[in-house]
Amino acid sequence: MSLKIALAGNPNCGKTTLFNNLTGGNEYVGNWPGVTVEKKNGDLKGYKDIVLQDLPGIYSLSPYTLEEVVTRQYLVDERPDAIINIVDGTNIERNLYLTTQLLELNIPMVIALNMMDLVTKNGDEIDIEKLAKALGCEVMPISALEGNGCKELAAKAVSLAQEKKVGEHPHVFTGAVEHAIAHIEESIQEKVDSQVLRWFAVKLFERDEKALEKLALPKEITEHLEKHVVECENELEDDSESIITNQRYAYVKKVTEQAVRKKQREGNLTLSDKIDKVVTNRVLALPIFAVVIWFMYWISVSTIGTWLTDWANDGVFGDGWHFAFTADSALFTAKEVKERNAAALKEFEARKAAALKAGEKFEEEFEPETWESVSGAFDDAQKRIETWQAAYTKAYEEKHPAAEGENKEEEEFEVQDTELAKTVKATAIFEDEESGEIDHEEEVTYEQYLEDKKVEEPNPSLYGLWIPGVPSIIGGLLDKIGIHDGSFLYSLIINGIVAGVGTVFGFLPQILIVFLFLAFMEDCGYMARVAFIMDRIFRRFGLSGKSFIPMLVGTGCGVPAVMATRTIENLNDRRMTILLATFIPCGAKVAIIAMIVAAFFPGSNLVGPSMYFVGIAIVVFGGIALKKTKTFAGEAAPFVMELPAYHWPSLKGVFIHTWERGKAYAIKAGTIIFAACIVLYFLMSFDWHFHLLDPETAEGLEQCMLHDIGQAFAWIFKPLGFGNWQGTVACVSAEIAKEQATATLAMLAPDVDGGTLKGVQTLFAQMAPANLEPATQALYAKIIAFSFMVCNLFFPPCLVAIATTWREMGSAKWGCIAIGFQLMVGYIIALFSYQFGVMLFAGAGVGAGQIIAILVLLAVLYFIFRPMPKFEEVKK
Amino acid sequence: MKTLKDVAVGESAVVKRLQCTGPLKRRIMDMGLTKGTEVFVRKVAPLGDPLELTVRGYELSIRKAEAEAIEVEEK
Repeated sequence: MSLKIALAGNPNCGKTTLFNNLTGGNEYVGNWPGVTVEKKNGDLKGYKDIVLQDLPGIYSLSPYTLEEVVTRQYLVDERPDAIINIVDGTNIERNLYLTTQLLELNIPMVIALNMMDLVTKNGDEIDIEKLAKALGCEVMPISALEGNGCKELAAKAVSLAQEKKVGEHPHVFTGAVEHAIAHIEESIQEKVDSQVLRWFAVKLFERDEKALEKLALPKEITEHLEKHVVECENELEDDSESIITNQRYAYVKKVTEQAVRKKQREGNLTLSDKIDKVVTNRVLALPIFAVVIWFMYWISVSTIGTWLTDWANDGVFGDGWHFAFTADSALFTAKEVKERNAAALKEFEARKAAALKAGEKFEEEFEPETWESVSGAFDDAQKRIETWQAAYTKAYEEKHPAAEGENKEEEEFEVQDTELAKTVKATAIFEDEESGEIDHEEEVTYEQYLEDKKVEEPNPSLYGLWIPGVPSIIGGLLDKIGIHDGSFLYSLIINGIVAGVGTVFGFLPQILIVFLFLAFMEDCGYMARVAFIMDRIFRRFGLSGKSFIPMLVGTGCGVPAVMATRTIENLNDRRMTILLATFIPCGAKVAIIAMIVAAFFPGSNLVGPSMYFVGIAIVVFGGIALKKTKTFAGEAAPFVMELPAYHWPSLKGVFIHTWERGKAYAIKAGTIIFAACIVLYFLMSFDWHFHLLDPETAEGLEQCMLHDIGQAFAWIFKPLGFGNWQGTVACVSAEIAKEQATATLAMLAPDVDGGTLKGVQTLFAQMAPANLEPATQALYAKIIAFSFMVCNLFFPPCLVAIATTWREMGSAKWGCIAIGFQLMVGYIIALFSYQFGVMLFAGAGVGAGQIIAILVLLAVLYFIFRPMPKFEEVKK
Repeated sequence: MKTLKDVAVGESAVVKRLQCTGPLKRRIMDMGLTKGTEVFVRKVAPLGDPLELTVRGYELSIRKAEAEAIEVEEK
C-alpha cells in the first residue's frame, strides 16, 4: 500500500514551489470530482510508493468556498497518512489559524515553516522549539524557493506517516467551550469514528451545516447539542462561530508572542512595502497598470504571439517553414542560387559601369534572388495565369457556344484557339492580404501568360534550412505506405485529422506566452493588485477586477482569454467572465470586419471601431442582465482578498505553472476539437452518396452534406437578412475559424468582373428581397452585410474557443448555457441591425419583422434595467 | 456608531463587532478581523474603492461595502 501525504496551507505561502520541489515536477493534474478546482498530485522525490497530494490554498476549513469544501472532504473522508502544513514564516499569525484547525483532524502532521530566509533577512527570530511545543507537533524550518530543508522535511513527513504518530492537542479553547465540546463528543461518539470525534464536535459546536448534513443525527441529539451550544453562547455573550474563531486567533496570538520576536520596524519599510507604495499609489497606479498591460498585450498579442501563431499555423501545420532566420542566410543558401546571384551581380556591375561610362543616370539597385523575391514572383505569376485563363475560357465559350463547359471538365487547361488567345486581355487585381483592399492592377496579355507559365515553383530548401510542414511530412509517409493523394483515407488523415489537430496546436504557442505572463504576474503578487485597482469598475456589472485581463487577451484570441480566467477564484465571477470574454472581437474576427468594410463601407473608420464598442457594451449590459438572473444572483461574492507581499518568482515555478496550463489546454480542448473537426470535415467533403468532393471549390460546397444542412436551416437566418444557403454555410464555416467566413464568402461569391469584393457585393445584393430599385437594393445589400458581420462577430466564437469554454465551464450544463447565451446575443444584435436598418435607412416601413424586433428590444431592456429580483430560496 | 469605512487612511482602529452574518462574516473572521483586533487603514484604491488594510501583519483588501459592516472603536 502506498502512503499518502497531503500538502495543506494558505494561498501565497509558497505551497506550489514546495510541491514542485518535493516531487521534482512530475505530477498529475486533474480536477476534484464534480468541481473545477484543480487537483494535483505527484510522487515524492527519492521515495517509493509515496504520493504527495497538493490541496487547494485555503485560509480556513469553513464550509463556504469550493476550495475549502474540497479540502475538508479529502482530509476527513480519505484521511491521508500525514499532513505537511506549510506556514509562511513572515505571516505567521494568520497562517497558524489554519494550523489549529488541521490539528483537530488527528492526522500525523509536520509544520513546514517556509520563507525562513526572509524572516532572518528581516531581522526577526522564531523559536522553533517553543513553537513546536506549544502546538504539539513537529516544526521544520525551510525555504522552498532556495530548497533549504526540503529533504529533511520529506524524511520527517515519511517517518510520521509510517509511525502514525499523532501529537497532543494544544489547548486552544477556554474552559467553557471545552466543556461544551466534551458534552458534544459524548453525545456523538457512537456515530463518529474516534479519530475524527474532536473535529466533528468542534464543527457541530459551530453549527457547521456540512457537518450536520453528513452526520444526519436524530432530532433528539441535535436538540440536546443545541442546548449545550446555547448555554455556552449565553455565557460568553457571542455566537458559537465567532467564539471559536476568536479563541483560535487568541490562542495563535499567545503562541506567537512567546515564540516570535519581531524586530521593531518604525518607518523602516520593507522592499515589498516600498514597491507597493509606488505601484498602487493613487496617482501612479493607473499609469503603471496601463504600461504593464500594454507591454503584455504588445508581446503576447501584437508581436511575438502573432508571429508564433502564424508560424504554427502556416509553417508547422502549413506548407513548411525556414528554420529560425535561416531564410536567405548565406550559410544555408544553395550553391546554385549563390552562383546565379554572383553571375547576376557581375552582369549588374557591368551594366552599371557601362552606364556610368556613357554618362547616363543609373538609379537601379541590385536585387539578389531571395526566397521572398522568388516566392512573391511565383505567387504573382499564378494570379496572372488564373485571371487570364478565366478570361480566355469566357472568350472561348462566347466564340464556340457549343463547346460551353468543355474546358471546365478537362483536368488540364489547354489553349485550343491560339488566334483567339492572342486577343484576350485580362486585368489581374492584386489585393492586400491583410485588409483585402485592392493593392494594384495589372493587364495580362497572352505573351505575359506564356511568360508566366514558365515561372517554376521555387524550391524553398534552396533558400535556407527548410523544414517541411506536418501535413507534407505525414503526406509523404502515407504515400510511401501506399495511401495516395486523392484517396479517401489520405484526405481524411490530412484534411481531417492533421488539420484538426493543427488548429489546436496552432494556438498553443500564443497561449503559452499569455500563460507565461499570467504566471509571472500571479507569482510576483501583481495580479492581486490588478484586482484591487480594477475592482471598482468591473464589479458594477457583476465581474471581478481580475476579469480585465481575460477581456484584454480576448482582443487577440478568445482561447487564451478563456484560459486566463483560471486566475479568478470565485466560481460565479469566473463563469461570467468566460461567458462574456469572447464577445470582444478577436484577431480572426478582424478579417471579417476588414472584408465587409472594404466591400461595403470603403474608407469608413467608424464601422470597424464601432464593433469593439458593441463588444464592450455586450460585456457591460450582458453582465448587468446576467447578474439579475437566478443563477448568478445567488451568492454575491464578498471581496475580501489578501494582497500578498511582492517577491521575485522562481523561474522554474513560472515555467511549470505555464506548462501545466498549456498541457491542460492541449489535452482537454484538443479532444473535443479533434472530434468536431472530423465531423465537419465529413459534412464538407461528402455528398449524401458518400462521393468525395473538393470543399475548396464552389462546386464541391454546393454538393456537400453541409450545403443541404445549411439549406434546411436557412430559414433561421431569414429574419437577419441572409437566409439563403450561402449565408448559412458561411456562418457555419466561420465556426471552424472566424476568418474562414471571408474565405467561404469569396468561394461562394458569383464570378463577376472586378475581383472578390465585387463578387461579395453581388452575393449580398442577391440576398435582398426581389423587385427593388437598384439603389435600394444596394442599400439592402449593405445592411444585410452589416447584419452578417455582427452575427458572426457576436455568435459563439470559433470551435477551438467553444471547446475551451466547454471544458473550462466544467459541466455540460454550463457549456450549454454559454453557447446558448452567445447564440442568443449574436442573433438578437443581427436581428436589430437588419430589421431596424431596413426600417430606418431603406424605407422598409414597419412590418412583422420590425414588430418582433421591437418586442425583443423591450424584453432585452427589461432584463437589463429591471430592479434586482429577490431570490429567497437561493439564499437558503 | 463608527465603522471601518469611517476610519481615515493612515489611521488605526480596533474591531468591536461584526454586523454581517453567514459566509461573509465567517470569511472576514477567518482572515483575522476578529473582535479586539487592531486594523490599520493603509490606502484606498485609485478609483476610490476597495480599501487596503494591515491586519495581523499582512495586507488585506476589502470593499467599502464590507468595511461598513465592521464596527470599530478608537484604540
